[in-house]
Amino acid sequence: MLALLNQQFIQYAFLAGTLISIICAIVGYFVVLRSQAFAAESLSCVGFTGATGAAIFGASSLVGTFFFTILIAFGFGTFGKRIKGRDIEIGMVLSFALGLGVLFLKLYTSNATEAVGILFGSILSVTASDLYLSLGTGTLALIILAVIFRPLLFASIDPEVAEARGVPVVLLGLIFMVLLGITIAEAILVVGVLLVFALLIAPAATAQHITNRPGVSIFLSIALGLLFTWGGMLLGLFFHTPVSFFIAALAAITYLAIIPLYHLISPHFYVSKAHHGREV
Amino acid sequence: MFEILQYSFIQNAFIASFFVAIIAAVVGYFLLVRGLTFAGHALSHVGFAGAAGAVLLGVDPIFGLLAFTIISGIGIGMLARVLKERDVTIGIFLTLALAFGILFLFLYQGYAEQAYSILFGTILGISTFNVFVTAIFSSISLLILLFLFRPLLFSSFDPEVAQARGVPVKLLGVVFLIFVAITVSISVQVVGVLLIFTLLVGPAATAMRVVKNPYLTIGLAICLGIAYSWIGIFIAAQTNLPVSFFIASLSFGAYLVVRLKEVIS
Repeated sequence: MLALLNQQFIQYAFLAGTLISIICAIVGYFVVLRSQAFAAESLSCVGFTGATGAAIFGASSLVGTFFFTILIAFGFGTFGKRIKGRDIEIGMVLSFALGLGVLFLKLYTSNATEAVGILFGSILSVTASDLYLSLGTGTLALIILAVIFRPLLFASIDPEVAEARGVPVVLLGLIFMVLLGITIAEAILVVGVLLVFALLIAPAATAQHITNRPGVSIFLSIALGLLFTWGGMLLGLFFHTPVSFFIAALAAITYLAIIPLYHLISPHFYVSKAHHGREV
Repeated sequence: MFEILQYSFIQNAFIASFFVAIIAAVVGYFLLVRGLTFAGHALSHVGFAGAAGAVLLGVDPIFGLLAFTIISGIGIGMLARVLKERDVTIGIFLTLALAFGILFLFLYQGYAEQAYSILFGTILGISTFNVFVTAIFSSISLLILLFLFRPLLFSSFDPEVAQARGVPVKLLGVVFLIFVAITVSISVQVVGVLLIFTLLVGPAATAMRVVKNPYLTIGLAICLGIAYSWIGIFIAAQTNLPVSFFIASLSFGAYLVVRLKEVIS
């Protein structure tokens, strides 16, 4: 078991997993705050098209995913002021994106294993170049996020007052969408297109159930994200089963367990925390 | 060009998709009217775990699909009012279901090919047995829906007045989700878990933007659904490309045309 940790592919996997769960936790905090879960799901489905489409140009699937998610995120940020809820439009675009992905898959890759890798993640086969790419973009995303942190928080919690105070709400929304695109492309590397929720939404949603304070909440969601990723990888290696199964299962079970538990311990904390721009 | 229609696997595909398109259009219409499109999406993902579990047990995937989606349909129906933060909670349930789906498929040695066919559909490989299952489930559901049609329509458009008039709104809601579950299960064979929107929501959403009358809308949605599936299968058989891609493109294209026309006028 411990000898396994000396293997290079395992070290790559742990490095990439650690970095990506930190970024996901921070960006995920804002996604939950801004109720953009459905937009996140759309972007990850588009990522599938990107990953399979990359094969046409002989690029790595991570590059394709980056390209497509950032492009679509830019579109969402520019045109869609209301990318909320379960719009039929988004659903139709999603299905079409996936349909296109199936076509690319059929045309340029012969085996279904690759599709399963994209859909359910393949962290154990991360290459050095993938690692450097996610390291570079991830660090950049974190720096940008650190710079816009306060205005973004303000704009997310109370867009109208922020607007009145001169915060560029629309621009911030656009920048955040692009950051979300980058984050999702990286998350797909670890857990795949279909399980992005596990790293992006679950830690942040769990943390926001426990505390209202932004700083504490973000740290808690980073801690949870790391716990899920590391735990998932160790369990996956130990039992020789897909890593993404354990990451998703740990994340989902923690979220589902924390609500009744917290409700039980301190009912008065569990009042509606709804605020502007948040779906109830 | 048309000689492929004589192959029995093409005929099976045409017959099965005919039944699927009819029930999907009817159920899809009510899904839209009731604002439950996300539930359709959710049920199909849960179905993936069921199908994978059935494969593991050596049973036909359709039974796993039916079992899992019907149970979750009832669950969603009962919990619908209670759950707060629906998007996040449902999203996390989906993630869990998909995770178990991949685990089941991993435990089963067939792995990738099976996953692929559940996720993206394999209408051209449908067995005669599954054609029968599809036809029977579709016909029975249609008959019952016909019987429930008026109260369901009433309770979808105006639940409060319907309730006051003595229509069992809540029970109808749960019963309806059972039909959604059945429809999703048989539609998965045509377009797969991930593209369920194209057959379930696509035709009805397009039809609703063309005509207003419920009966005409449903009729048009049925025609569109059958047209998408048949044209999709026909082109796919000619070109040897995935059926679900063509169905998704037709569904998306038609919706786009209607939507753009609306924007312009």
